[in-house]
Amino acid sequence: MHKMSGYLEIRENCTGCGICVRTCPVGALSVNSKRKAEVSEDCTLCSICVDSCPFKSLAVHHSFGGNKEELEKYSGILVLCEMRNHSPDRSAYELLGEARKLSAGSKEVTALIITDDASDAAEKLIRAGADRVVTAVHRNLEHFSTEPWNTILTHVIRTDKPEIVLAAATTTGRDVMPRVSKSLDTGLTADCTELHIDPKNGMLMQTRPAFGGNIMATIVCDRTRPQMSTVRPGVMKPLEPDCSRTGRIVELQITDSMVAGRSRVLEFIPSQGDEVDITEAETVISGGRGMKDPANFHMLHELAHLLGATVGASRAAVDNGWIEYPRQVGQTGKTVQPKIYLAVGISGAVQHRVGMQSSDVIYAVNKDPDAGIFQFCSHGFVGDLFEIIPALIKEIKKRRG
Amino acid sequence: MKFVVAIKQVPDTAEVRIDPERGTLIRDGVPSIMNPFDTYALEEAMKWRDDLGGTVTVITMGPPQAESVLREAVSMGADDAVLISDRAFAGADTWATSHTIAAAVKKIGGVDAVFFGKQAIDGDTAQTGPSVAASLDWPQITFVGRVRTLDVKSIIAERYVETGVQVVQADLPVVLTILKDANVPRVPSLRGKMKSRKAEIPVWGLSDLGLSPDETGLNGSPTKVVVTSTPEARTGGAIHTGTADELACKLADLLLGEGGDA
Repeated sequence: MHKMSGYLEIRENCTGCGICVRTCPVGALSVNSKRKAEVSEDCTLCSICVDSCPFKSLAVHHSFGGNKEELEKYSGILVLCEMRNHSPDRSAYELLGEARKLSAGSKEVTALIITDDASDAAEKLIRAGADRVVTAVHRNLEHFSTEPWNTILTHVIRTDKPEIVLAAATTTGRDVMPRVSKSLDTGLTADCTELHIDPKNGMLMQTRPAFGGNIMATIVCDRTRPQMSTVRPGVMKPLEPDCSRTGRIVELQITDSMVAGRSRVLEFIPSQGDEVDITEAETVISGGRGMKDPANFHMLHELAHLLGATVGASRAAVDNGWIEYPRQVGQTGKTVQPKIYLAVGISGAVQHRVGMQSSDVIYAVNKDPDAGIFQFCSHGFVGDLFEIIPALIKEIKKRRG
Repeated sequence: MKFVVAIKQVPDTAEVRIDPERGTLIRDGVPSIMNPFDTYALEEAMKWRDDLGGTVTVITMGPPQAESVLREAVSMGADDAVLISDRAFAGADTWATSHTIAAAVKKIGGVDAVFFGKQAIDGDTAQTGPSVAASLDWPQITFVGRVRTLDVKSIIAERYVETGVQVVQADLPVVLTILKDANVPRVPSLRGKMKSRKAEIPVWGLSDLGLSPDETGLNGSPTKVVVTSTPEARTGGAIHTGTADELACKLADLLLGEGGDA
């Protein structure tokens, strides 16, 4: 299933003499038109050619990780499911939906919850797609803490040997998963927005935006297991809960030493109750640089109120201090996929686009007919937002009587 | 106190252009800058040094030209700098990068805290800080919006998380990743600029750090990029022009689902 780990290096000083070609027991070497040795995928890294080369032009690098047999000991998908108020976080359902898709019926999906009180979370996770739920419950696990989470995760991964581990790219996942990656000496791909299995070799293809969303990179972890990803919240789709699904629940024995660490949560201060969650909204109305002044956001709030929508913003509006950060949509803010996204005075830079392009429909109001957003919105309205939005509010009020 | 700040030279992503044919970055002519998030890490370290005494050493891993961000950091007030550079470090993913940075922190020795920015604006992974903490086997506090107290033994910091603020105490030595909420970075002083011009910046390579080629760079990276592409484009739909009232009317149809063609 997998190539041997490592590669054969052919150095610049290769003369293309062809001695290695004759010594290779599997016929993996040839001399190309540039009179340099070339190696094919048949190479087994046996190193016989290295000793045969009179110019020391060849070297084998067994760089990293296990061999084929070692990799094949890993199977199934482990999902770290975050809890919020003793119930699975929305991101947990998204990850399970994605895990089921990757499993394609052939990989067992295990959900791991780490908490002080599992309540009925395990049953909820089974209905959402888990075949098996591992619960790590201890009175000291009320709040996320790096070291206990790392200890429990590495313990479960070493015992279970999953081939894939998924966690949400939240402040929890992005804190603990790099630690797990180092503890287990395996790869981790951050903040993925797309995952699929390569049908050719069974590897997890992990796609993520980089360079402010300007580029998408697809990353593999081909020499070590498990293959681990943090996944951007708000991108993957949860399954409809299925009450007929069944699954096993395994309770881990958590000892006091497993929850020990050199850091402690002294206090948790919850956000104010009026904090918005733009990722939950069915309609998002976002304002950008074109809003010009914080006071002008009042009309977006009024429009949002009329439509039962939530107000979002571009980075420009947040950086200018016109509106608070939790409302920011984009690469450095939140990803939303509402039914309707209305962009007002937003040019549509890539940084913004990656956070809202999965919306069902996108409407845009911008006075610049060349604004980038008009190239990917469903309906574009070219005009002055300071005329259109008040007229729109009036129109909606009129229709509603 | 002995503080280390790990910074990164990045292309200014606002200026990055993409080769649409090949889906690769065009780096030519793109200015290199200090990762903006790292300026908050540097300021936080210098703030506590100014308060408690001690030194701030800035380090970066990168090609020889990355030295310029170290000089910039010295001009802002860092005491000294080390460039971690070797051809063997090229192509490193976050595992290999953190492995190498951790080796440099060990070589510096006696460090009380390593400060990172929240993430770098090119890779956007936010993985290197926690991974360095794991390599060093130190505790970590990530997404720090405010450092409340810091002394020779421990730190109390506020982690800004999705649902609120976690107040976390950790033993030193510690690794921190700092948010822009933490402070307002100072600007380079004239004296700092003079100092940065004269600063001797040692370069540490593979053998200086006692590492082997198999644990650094591309060889030491469990992950690798296999494809890059430009984000899938949604194609544009209808573009409407007209008076504000006409446009508002059409938009109301769509928003209220009354137009029939939404």
